[in-house]
Amino acid sequence: MKNKFLRLGVIAALCGAMTACGSSAGTSSTSAASASGSDTAVASGSVSGTTTTASGEAFKLGASGPLSGDASVYGIAVKNAAELAIGEINKKGGVQFELNFQDDQADTEAAVNAYNTLADWGMQLSLLTVTSGSGQSVAPLYKEDNIFGITPSGSSTAVIFQDAENNTNPYGNVFQMCFTDPNQGKASADYLSEHTDLGTKVGIIYRNDDNYSTGIYNTFVEEAKAKNLDVVSTGTFTKGATDFSVQIKQAQDAGADIVFLPIYYQPASLVLQAAKNAGYAPTFFGCDGMDGILTQDNFDTSLAEGLYMLTPFSADAQDEKTQNFVKAYKDKYGETPNQFAADAYDAVNALAQALGNSDVTPKSSTDDITAALIKQFTTMKFQGITAPGDITWNENGEVSKEPRAIVIKDGAYVSAE
Amino acid sequence: MQFLSYLISGLGLGSVYAIMALGYSMVYGIAKMLNFAHGDIIMVGAYVAFFAISGAGMPPAVAILLSILACTVLGVVIERLAYKPLREASSLAVLITAIGVSYFLENGALILWGADSKFFPSNIFPQGGLTVGSLTISWLTIITIAVCCIIMILLMLFVGRTNTGRAMRACSEDKGAATLMGINVNAIISLTFAIGSGLAAVAAVLLASTYPSISPTLGAMPGIKAFTAAVLGGIGSIPGAFLGGLLLGVIENLSKAYISQQLSDAIVFGVLVVILLIKPAGLLGRKVSEKV
Repeated sequence: MKNKFLRLGVIAALCGAMTACGSSAGTSSTSAASASGSDTAVASGSVSGTTTTASGEAFKLGASGPLSGDASVYGIAVKNAAELAIGEINKKGGVQFELNFQDDQADTEAAVNAYNTLADWGMQLSLLTVTSGSGQSVAPLYKEDNIFGITPSGSSTAVIFQDAENNTNPYGNVFQMCFTDPNQGKASADYLSEHTDLGTKVGIIYRNDDNYSTGIYNTFVEEAKAKNLDVVSTGTFTKGATDFSVQIKQAQDAGADIVFLPIYYQPASLVLQAAKNAGYAPTFFGCDGMDGILTQDNFDTSLAEGLYMLTPFSADAQDEKTQNFVKAYKDKYGETPNQFAADAYDAVNALAQALGNSDVTPKSSTDDITAALIKQFTTMKFQGITAPGDITWNENGEVSKEPRAIVIKDGAYVSAE
Repeated sequence: MQFLSYLISGLGLGSVYAIMALGYSMVYGIAKMLNFAHGDIIMVGAYVAFFAISGAGMPPAVAILLSILACTVLGVVIERLAYKPLREASSLAVLITAIGVSYFLENGALILWGADSKFFPSNIFPQGGLTVGSLTISWLTIITIAVCCIIMILLMLFVGRTNTGRAMRACSEDKGAATLMGINVNAIISLTFAIGSGLAAVAAVLLASTYPSISPTLGAMPGIKAFTAAVLGGIGSIPGAFLGGLLLGVIENLSKAYISQQLSDAIVFGVLVVILLIKPAGLLGRKVSEKV
């Protein structure tokens, strides 16, 4: 009996280890959901929805995202910013919105349930989902019912392409407000090749069981080769890893003077600590997943000093739009908005601009609204807070905008250059 | 030189596993159950220490004591509420309950403290390290290994030399006979949980100081590794847990450095499978023959 018990335990532990390692595939690789929500997501039946009503005739805008569970930071940020944007738009008159935001706990099945709830409610257009995994599971339903959706933060190409392997066969009615993952890898390599003063020998540490991280890594390496960047070491890790001493030591021994970290800020902070322990001080370079590193409770900001990142949004950018948004968000919710909030704010405003330029009304059929929005989005230029210049979309639904380079100086984000 | 530095960082990692494995191993040895919630008790210990230091501004020593106290109480309460009613139930039921407790703690922490990771204060242990030639060993690694050795020796003395320890071993051999000899088995099992959970708090402070980003799932992966270490060394054996932990840390780091980072976890668990095939009781485990 004793032995059987033990064996059972070993099997249970191995199973646990396997699920812990392999949870990335279809679950939740959001633009920054380092902790995939699916692990702890509970039953999906009881989704708590919230509705922001508008006066008079309003477009019914649906959305779903994690409002509870371990990815809830992202969902709540998106919901807050969307409500803020809608409040401002409705006050202006003209296009009116009514928002119904469902909790999907970053869980693919809960997202489908949320979609059904929204469809029953009579949703006419949508912010799709907050996380990539959920977006991937509901995008076919949006296609089937021909409802227009723009995701603020679902960055995987699988959200907009039916064939995500080859990035072909787009849904056509699903758009993204954020960069796709591959896009970030290319932009990072381009930036580094143009700024050789930061260093020329690149070490990479990425998470190889995560769509977000591998997506960026693959295009980065490709572009780095084309731009003659010298990649001298590559380290990997999987979900839940805590020890980075080996990866850091290898980069150090290979003489890397730049370490590229296409990963989320939580493991990144452990990488920075490991580098400090090893007495290794290269230039660290991250993507949008790094956003939030300074907001960690009690974070030792000296660790991140001199860290570069490419991110669409910076709360300290000096332009008026950004400053107004940051102030309004802080006044209403008492915290500094992150890039998820910014992407959501832009997505709602882009929808308002597109609807304002078209002749559809809340009484129009969903097919008409979708057709009008697709036409507007593929032709219009939008100016928001997640890019310094014009934002445009192609017919695949991919966004095109300039990323901002940001560096951490004295414990705060500062625009680079 | 490179090899030595990988070896030493492996020993540091391994000694954290070893302290955690001691908790698994003790509880298994005496209560004959796998306390899967052990990793999550470590998580609670880390959060208590975190809030005591950066929230309430307590000195580190007080915070560590508070964390030990909190974990001890938590361990005993869990044992009373979740495991004691199942003392006569099948071991499968207890195992599933333990997994349930683990989920309860993780999700409870998510609700209480949120999903955002927090950064553990770095002022508990001295920074920097000892430099020998071109090799630097951080003080934290040295302290972790030392604490681990001290705890192992104290535990072995306690279990081997004291009356309470003798009673623990008696419970481990045969609960029925121990009761007949006048040993309060329930009290002994509670005491075991108290010690195991107190150790979890020590492991928590060391783990969180080495890897300072803490989140509600922080205990999950190290917990599985520590459990593996306990089985590798021979579950129920105190020196076995120590040896298993150190071996596991070293194997993990060396396979990351020289074989493959992608396969390092697979190699670690592969070693476990091989050892269990050759020596089913683990490296230092006692072979118990069973009547069928």
